[in-house]
Amino acid sequence: MIKKIFFQLVFFNLFFLKEVFAAESGGMPQLNPEFWISQIFWLTLTFGILYVVLSKLILPKISANLELRKSQIQENIEAAEKQRESSEAKLKEYDDIISKSKLEANNIFKEARENVLKEINTKKETLDKQIDEEVKKVEQEINLLKKGASEKINKIAIETTSELLVKLIGTEVNNSSISAIVDDLSKRNGNKYYGN
Amino acid sequence: MAANPMTQFEVYRIGPEIKIGAFDISFTNASLFMVVSSLAILIIFNLGSKKNSLLPNKVQLLAELSYTFVSKMISDTAGSKAKPYFSFIFSLFMFVLFCNMFGMIPYTFTVTSHIIVTFVLAAFIFIGVTVIGFIKHGLGYLKLFVPSGVPIVLLPLIVVIEIISYLSRPISLSVRLFANMMAGHTMMKVFGGFVISLGVVGGWLPLSFSVALTGLEILVAFLQAYVFAILTCIYLNDALNLHH
Repeated sequence: MIKKIFFQLVFFNLFFLKEVFAAESGGMPQLNPEFWISQIFWLTLTFGILYVVLSKLILPKISANLELRKSQIQENIEAAEKQRESSEAKLKEYDDIISKSKLEANNIFKEARENVLKEINTKKETLDKQIDEEVKKVEQEINLLKKGASEKINKIAIETTSELLVKLIGTEVNNSSISAIVDDLSKRNGNKYYGN
Repeated sequence: MAANPMTQFEVYRIGPEIKIGAFDISFTNASLFMVVSSLAILIIFNLGSKKNSLLPNKVQLLAELSYTFVSKMISDTAGSKAKPYFSFIFSLFMFVLFCNMFGMIPYTFTVTSHIIVTFVLAAFIFIGVTVIGFIKHGLGYLKLFVPSGVPIVLLPLIVVIEIISYLSRPISLSVRLFANMMAGHTMMKVFGGFVISLGVVGGWLPLSFSVALTGLEILVAFLQAYVFAILTCIYLNDALNLHH
């Protein structure tokens, strides 16, 4: 239906092509002063109202909105900046605390080690002294025993020889002569028996 | 069928004839589109300024982008002294832009395609700028016509040229906008007529031209509004900051 009307219009206009462009008359309507006053009046009225409403009501609101947003964004940026700074300060504090506590721990560890070492040293010294004393005592005893041992052996040797002589020969021999011989032997061969 | 490409510019009365004294101030189709443009601007910018959310919605974004666009244009061309005239230039830019854009809708009337409308605007700007210049600088504003660093022999000639160029400002400003709008719309009408007269067979070429022209005209509609506003800023700059 619409198509039909469209084509009818097209052919209708082709038919009147000459008349379409022949209808030039009157020139520019802009230069016809009939409605100039009316246009000036309505232009002044509408533009005046537009200007007054825009400048008194709408533009200040837009400007205020923009300012408000700007200040809000600025405030937010400032707040973020502050928070960043405070968090940085806190981080620094935390780092300080950690390094301080590390240092303290180190000190405590050192002190404890020194104390333990001191104790160990003192105990070691006392133990060493005791050991030394005891070793000295034992050495003295050994020395005493050594000295006593050769005399006792000599005595035992003299007694056994005298008894042996009595049983073998049947007569008693003078003890002093026997002891002289034993002493002589022990002196000669003492190294062999006692390790002196 | 409107045969004559100029009939689209005809002004006709809507409703009764209104007369004040000898003057006919009847409501016409031109008046209708002035009212429509102004109302559209007011509605859009009122919606755009009603709510202030941190993340603006589309209308608010449109309003705020227009605001910053015009405010940047003014501060770039006329400096910070032109701030009190921001509302006027904003209204002017928006009014011309919306009138141009409404004219791009088929079967509408283009307010700015009438020399009387653009001339009244331009004349108002011219008188306003001149008054501001004389208020700010007194008679020193006349130095505008005497550029510095010009040899004395040439001075009479230069002064005459400067005065003529200054006086022709409202004419050039108004004719630029009016002629651009009229020529564009006439051309679109002519190509539209070609589409109809050449029909299905040959009409495709002028139709494609017409489509391309529509895009171009929308660009021109914006550009001419921008040029009108920025020239106003430049004239205002001359009046506020006397550089010569």
